[in-house]
Amino acid sequence: MMNALARITGVLLLVLAGAAAGSESGAQLEPAPAHRLDVESMQRGAGHFVNYCLSCHSAQYMRYNRLTSLGLSEQQIKDNLMFATDKIGSPMISPMSKADGAAWFGVAPPDMSVEARVRGKDWLYSYLLAFYEDDKAPTGWNNLVFHGVAMPHVLWNLQGTQRLVETEFEDLEKAEAAVIAAKGLALAERVSGGKYMVKTLAVETPGAMSSVEYRRFVADLVNYLDYMSEPARNERINIGIVVLIYLGVLLVFAYALKRAYWKDVH
Amino acid sequence: MQRMLDWIDARFPLTALWKSQVSEYYAPKNFNFWYFFGSLALVVLVMQIVTGIFLTMNYKPDATKAFESVEYIMRDVAGGWFIRYAHSTGASAFFIVVYLHMFRALLYGSYRKPRELLWIVGCFIYLALMAEAFFGYLLPWGQMSYWGAQVIVNLFSTVPIIGDDLGAWIRGDYTVSDVTLNRFFAFHVIAVPLVLLLLVVVHLMALHEVGSNNPDGVEIKDRKDPVTGHPVDGIPFHPYYTVKDLVGVVVFLALFSIVLFFWPDGGGYFLEANNFIPANPLQTPEHIAPVWYFTPFYAMLRAVPSFMNSQFWGVLVMGAAVVILFFMPWLDRGRVKSIRYRGTLYKGWLAAFVLSFLILGYLGVVPVTVWGQFSEKIPLLGTADKATVVARVLTVVYFLFFLLMPWYTARDKTKPVPDRVTG
Repeated sequence: MMNALARITGVLLLVLAGAAAGSESGAQLEPAPAHRLDVESMQRGAGHFVNYCLSCHSAQYMRYNRLTSLGLSEQQIKDNLMFATDKIGSPMISPMSKADGAAWFGVAPPDMSVEARVRGKDWLYSYLLAFYEDDKAPTGWNNLVFHGVAMPHVLWNLQGTQRLVETEFEDLEKAEAAVIAAKGLALAERVSGGKYMVKTLAVETPGAMSSVEYRRFVADLVNYLDYMSEPARNERINIGIVVLIYLGVLLVFAYALKRAYWKDVH
Repeated sequence: MQRMLDWIDARFPLTALWKSQVSEYYAPKNFNFWYFFGSLALVVLVMQIVTGIFLTMNYKPDATKAFESVEYIMRDVAGGWFIRYAHSTGASAFFIVVYLHMFRALLYGSYRKPRELLWIVGCFIYLALMAEAFFGYLLPWGQMSYWGAQVIVNLFSTVPIIGDDLGAWIRGDYTVSDVTLNRFFAFHVIAVPLVLLLLVVVHLMALHEVGSNNPDGVEIKDRKDPVTGHPVDGIPFHPYYTVKDLVGVVVFLALFSIVLFFWPDGGGYFLEANNFIPANPLQTPEHIAPVWYFTPFYAMLRAVPSFMNSQFWGVLVMGAAVVILFFMPWLDRGRVKSIRYRGTLYKGWLAAFVLSFLILGYLGVVPVTVWGQFSEKIPLLGTADKATVVARVLTVVYFLFFLLMPWYTARDKTKPVPDRVTG
């Protein structure tokens, strides 16, 4: 409700059509099933982050003790989430240096602190589902959402492997219809001869997790990344509700005052 | 209490000032919705100064620390996120309020004699505000901050002969760098705010000298009560308009809070997603768009074709689009001030002007390819970007609104203006 109201206000204020959306390849994304109030999902996601991401990606603006706002005690954080440092007030710094990262992958793995604000959680969710095997890529992996990405598929033993499925269409209209019909990750690209190629993904070998389990795993991770990009978000929304109630009450009094003073103006 | 006031009044005209500027400043009694935005602009100015002071306590104007210090404010400073969002939302709110305030002047002819100076000072405030916003936008030191500043400073580099030196003089370096950040910080927190405050004081002094216009465009000073000597259609600013503006302020704060607390990114328009990537001088973003309040002018800049191997013409057009506002009081030859008594010519041109401004604003945030190209079969227009052609037409409409004004306002069939204000 609030969100809708805010949106309408924004539209009224700006009178602008169209949204600023952007991703490298323009693939159809899958919406991330992540919710800002699902703290347990974020706790699990924090675990996934320190276990699978932190070895290469830092989150240098995020301190470990901030995780107490996810309902964890400092002792729990120390015991379960801190592998790279023993100081609870330290930021989440990867043991891999930026120079090493640049030397090994061609580009230093980006910091994850505010990545969710740059990409959006749907993009991140889709990206982590969209790796496929590609013999031509230096790492042996490519990505439907981020073509030519430098990052290898570090979660492959959980997800298993996927391969690219390409279908050719005569015109853009049919290709776009096929993308919509795919109801998930899909990408239409113009190829030579004025034709269009629709790219989707298919399972090659299953991983340690089922598809449903892996999606839940990624959703938790993305939920955590989203939280980490703005740890104050829930506090902001809670305070906002109180502020609006206060202003609503103030408005009644302000309006009554105006009415009283303006009685004699004709 | 009274003795203390007497003591002060003997040394400083406190009571006299209060009376002349507030409690016995007579304003027309028929102000409508559009008259809220002057006081709201003042409220936003104060908010920006107060939140700015608190931001300055934790922000570091250093190319290696600026981005980090903003995230530090967002995470580790108590209430820092509130201060930062209030300031970033405030920047957009300032322009929304000021644009509506200026539109009010167009509606009711508030720039006409005897308010020419009031209008000109207002135009200077608008210029100062644009400078303030531009300098401030570099400070978070994100990709958009960096490349936005790069693009704008490069505009000055297109000036013939002295351009390159002028660009280097503004930046203090050959690219936007730490030196640039430091001087932009100085301009943003000291130089421009001082100018802005001074101009606002002059604007208010000029307003209180000539008196406010109103939706009827009637001079209330022409009809004074023979006994009291006050305008019969005027009411003291205090308490009448202080209590009325209070209602406006509360409604404004509610709308402002909706954005601040529930939608601080403004859908990517108030805080751009790319600005959460630290500035990287080696990597140009694919699509550089200025913040929304500059986009109408940016669209004009892009629409003007390069001529004699120079982009300077676009810069000239963009500059002229702002400068032409200063001439409004002398371009308008209408017999009436208010749109209520204007004819269809002015109404039509004003509508065309507002539409041009809004559509140009939209075109300024999207790539020029947004609407595709004209088919090759169409002569002259073939293969040109549709959006560019539309932007060119609208730029012409924008200027025609001003340039043809002496003609269409004089020819317009106006209605008779009443002697006194209505409702």
